[in-house]
Amino acid sequence: MRNAITIAAKDLKERLRDRSAIILAVVVPLGLAFIMNLTLGPITEQAFSTGVAVSDDDGGAVAQGFTSVLEEIEEDGFIDVTVAESEADARIRVADDDVSTAYLVPEGFSDAVSGNQPASIVVVGNPDQPIGAQVGKAIADGYVSEVNAVRLSVATAIALGADDLAGLASAATLQSSPVTLGAGETEGRGFDFSTFYATGIAVFFLFFTVQFGVLSIIEERESGTMPRLLIAPISKQSILAGKLGASFVMGVVSTAVLWLATTLVMGADWGASLGVVILIVAGVAAAMGLTAAVATIATTAEQAASITAFIVVVFGVLGGTFFPVTRVSGVFEVVSRVTPHFWLMDGFKRLSAGEGVVDILPALGAILAFAVVLGTIGLVRAKDLMRT
Amino acid sequence: MAETVLACTDLRKTYDDLVAVDDVSFTIGAGETYGLLGPNGAGKTTTISMVAGLLEKDGGTAVVAGNEITTRSTSAKAAIGLVPQDLAIYPDLTARENLRFFGKLYGIGDGLNARVDEVLDVIELSDRADDQTKEYSGGMKRRLNIGLGLLHRPELLILDEPTVGVDPQSRNAILENVERLGDEGMAVLYTTHYMEEAERLCDRIGIIDEGRIIAEGTRRELVSLVGGRDRIHVETSGDTSSVVASVTALDDVESCSSAGSVLEVVAVNASRALPEVVLAVTRAGLDVQSVDVSEPDLETVFLHLTGKALRE
Repeated sequence: MRNAITIAAKDLKERLRDRSAIILAVVVPLGLAFIMNLTLGPITEQAFSTGVAVSDDDGGAVAQGFTSVLEEIEEDGFIDVTVAESEADARIRVADDDVSTAYLVPEGFSDAVSGNQPASIVVVGNPDQPIGAQVGKAIADGYVSEVNAVRLSVATAIALGADDLAGLASAATLQSSPVTLGAGETEGRGFDFSTFYATGIAVFFLFFTVQFGVLSIIEERESGTMPRLLIAPISKQSILAGKLGASFVMGVVSTAVLWLATTLVMGADWGASLGVVILIVAGVAAAMGLTAAVATIATTAEQAASITAFIVVVFGVLGGTFFPVTRVSGVFEVVSRVTPHFWLMDGFKRLSAGEGVVDILPALGAILAFAVVLGTIGLVRAKDLMRT
Repeated sequence: MAETVLACTDLRKTYDDLVAVDDVSFTIGAGETYGLLGPNGAGKTTTISMVAGLLEKDGGTAVVAGNEITTRSTSAKAAIGLVPQDLAIYPDLTARENLRFFGKLYGIGDGLNARVDEVLDVIELSDRADDQTKEYSGGMKRRLNIGLGLLHRPELLILDEPTVGVDPQSRNAILENVERLGDEGMAVLYTTHYMEEAERLCDRIGIIDEGRIIAEGTRRELVSLVGGRDRIHVETSGDTSSVVASVTALDDVESCSSAGSVLEVVAVNASRALPEVVLAVTRAGLDVQSVDVSEPDLETVFLHLTGKALRE
């Protein structure tokens, strides 16, 4: 054990001096996470809001009811209502891109509705703000549907002999707002943008970070220092344990740094600490297994690094470290589940959603299965690596 | 003979149809420097790889300090120090860190710092001990390479062509270091294809070619194997014919011939015969104007035994 620690400490010191490991393990992923958070975060995560203008040339009760509905929605923060001075003013605001939608309530609208005559609200959508225009139209549709429903109810009541028209009108006005909008999470992601990219990037780069320790076995051979290690009065197992130990420390420390930094700076929420630690350790084990298995089939460190990079990028994409894969189906769905990345992301997603350690056990089991299978292949063949 | 530190018996290594090492046997005693001299590809590195336990043997034994060495040996390897042909140092670590790292692996405990300082002094790197070795010159790296081999005071130090690619100044420093090791009682196995190094450093030499040791002994014994004699060429101030008989009668002189003012002497041992030859010439009333002694060397021996030059 003492010799393994000595070798691991030496490897870590070399990596710290070399700086390449630090750059790849911490600086690059952290930088990427920050950049993505700064550039894509506001687009994806900010609450939706759009500007609308309303021109009320009618001024009647029904028209004012529509304006009231708009003001209620505005209070929830989804729209920003501007009362236009005229129909022309409202159209100009759309043309100037100030708003996504203009509602034109014509004179006589309220009377027409009350008189059971045809009536309409003109909705002018801004083609440059298609989502806002769609939302604006949906609000108007909702209101019109509700007005029609109320009108139908009142007409039905009268036909059935009701004579308290004032009471009916009063009851209709007590109905809840015909159109409501509510905030909701983006379907299929399961955790917020900052946390998704923080964990995704950490998982992706973890597999690069961990490879340093395993690849150093091949590098010792290439650089000529392996004979000196092999002639020292220590076992090959000590050498292997030292190399794997360095990998483990690098993987755990770098991921923990990303966890801490993204939490403090980006506001990422990785979830319960115990679960995060367990997932990180399991992920490091899986990454060590993968890189060890790859190292045994490569003849040079460069070749091993290239093969690992290819596998890690493919697994990263399939496993959902760059974009959510929870909504995929078919072959892609099956393939994504045979990557440790998928299960790591699944575990982190559950933790971020407030679930506990018990809830990540399936993911943990899958990750450890990868670690055991790949690690066994690596360990069985690792002795072949330790030669001159 | 001094206590035997290394005993190799019938070492054998084959790669498919190629016999790389063919029943090689030799011994090295404490304080003795043994040279394996042969051209590239003769089997030197394969032999020492088996001796060091780096390479599985196909036959034979290598016993170091009483313990047989195999690729599975661990503690027994502590008796061996290796200076590989390729530099075996960590470029991102300093010389002191390199030495301390291997010192820990060899279990040097409390005395590690002192021993590291001592080795740094021996290899003349004390003033650059805390610089990363990637900043070193080739010669400095070579010296550290040797220092790492002798750090744990091994009973047997194996040096595999340690001067390949080294500038003359560093080469001389390395050779002086190796000479000192023999004087300190360490058994040294030195492989080289440089005849001059083998002649200078080695108490005994095994000439190896195509995996077999074809001759072994001291330099003189090897030279005598091929009937080699020293030649003394003396230029004088006059006719030398009058001294031929008296010089021929000297103990270590085998024959003598005269060519005007030049006397050609074939001696069994030039260093012993030379003073007597000079005295005989001056007694004949001639002034000695120049003397040139040429001895048969290991190159001659190798050429005689194999029909090819060492550097072919």
